[in-house]
Amino acid sequence: MPNVQHISPVSGDALVLVGTMKGAFILRSNSRRRQWDVGGPYFPGHAVYALAFDARDGRRRLWAGPNSMHWGGMLHSSDDFGRTWTDPVAGNVKFPESTGATLKQIWQVVPGRASEPETLYCGVEPAALFVSRDAGETWSLVEGLWDHPQRPKWQPGGGGLCLHTILLDPERAGTIRVAISTGGMYVTEDSGATWRPSNTGVRVPFLPDKYPEFGQCVHKVVQSKTRPARMFLQNHWGLYRSDDRGETWTDVANGVPSDFGFPIALHPLNDDTAWIIPLESDEFRCTPEGKLRVYRTLDAGAQWQPLAAGLPQEGAYETILRDGMAVDALLPVGVYFGTRSGKVFASGNEGDDWSLIADGLPPVIAVKTALV
Amino acid sequence: MPIVFVIPGALRPLAGHRAEIRAPFDGGSLAQALLVLWSEAPALHDRVLTERDEVRPHINVFVDGVNARDGGGLDARVGADAEVILLPAVSGG
Repeated sequence: MPNVQHISPVSGDALVLVGTMKGAFILRSNSRRRQWDVGGPYFPGHAVYALAFDARDGRRRLWAGPNSMHWGGMLHSSDDFGRTWTDPVAGNVKFPESTGATLKQIWQVVPGRASEPETLYCGVEPAALFVSRDAGETWSLVEGLWDHPQRPKWQPGGGGLCLHTILLDPERAGTIRVAISTGGMYVTEDSGATWRPSNTGVRVPFLPDKYPEFGQCVHKVVQSKTRPARMFLQNHWGLYRSDDRGETWTDVANGVPSDFGFPIALHPLNDDTAWIIPLESDEFRCTPEGKLRVYRTLDAGAQWQPLAAGLPQEGAYETILRDGMAVDALLPVGVYFGTRSGKVFASGNEGDDWSLIADGLPPVIAVKTALV
Repeated sequence: MPIVFVIPGALRPLAGHRAEIRAPFDGGSLAQALLVLWSEAPALHDRVLTERDEVRPHINVFVDGVNARDGGGLDARVGADAEVILLPAVSGG
């Protein structure tokens, strides 16, 4: 087994949680974010799509959802920044027998609202939402979504039929949005009892009906915490903005080399500012022209400008997946992304300049941030 | 002679770091034999079986040298002194 390195964060430190196809890593820096220590690999040999930091109620708890091809997957937590992890006797995220389904992959784990510190949510493949009301000890299937009459018509994308995005509306306690590839975005306004699709205006190039009620291959959705009506959506072809909480979507792919891509990140305080990483074509799925460029809008998608300072501009045929980019909560905002070639890049000034902060990792599939 | 379960390295931390587990068994099906194993090492259950109580697709269970997939699956006959080997399949990337 590999020699595992550990980090020793202190209050005020910035963390970048990196999930890869072969384990998880934790990068630590102080608030200046110039020098980074690397901890890991945790869960070596396991694909880690789901990572989160839960700071509610005085916790400093990491969550991870490693998945082994051999032994399956479950959620583990650590209260000491990865030095030790829980190892539950029994799987904690399991489909009820009545569903006939088997867990394939944990895609997302999200702490609930600050007002409900014992609640967490988890998105999985096959596409389903689970909730825990006891701080992650036990989990139950959100049956309102599982029983949705449209669910049998959802189709798997390249990553499988996964529920990969969970957005808790910052103002409306019972409202949750989830995104499914390929099912589209769904919203509940009664804490999960009933759900409806919310994809009006999102084009589906791979179906005869280009604007169906559901069936979109949405890759990632973000929602503003300061003005929750503002959302952005990176689709499988198509880049969209909503100013009405996702009820309707408008194409904002203005000036990008491709409107295909996976991740999208939103400024935590300025909801006109967002970042994407366009990829070339549906088949190639690499950065256009061999140039690794992040694109940023400062005006809600009216224009997108390339950001390349410090990023390789020759022979850089990189792929960044749907959870491969994240922003932190410091000012200026830090932006981070990881590639399938095992590189992690960071910008401490909102994308103006970039540096390589980790290299030689296994293929990166998730990047999350935390402040200690 | 007890039944002998041979535990793969990756699962030994969940089985008291034992490479082998020996336990009394009267003979029966593989499903019954595995109940003996779960009683000795409960954490192995969900690592070896899915929530549908099926052997995970990338795990092979050999009963006296025969892959149970070729010999009845969980209904395969297991003797009281059988050797049951759990092995991860050659897979991955």
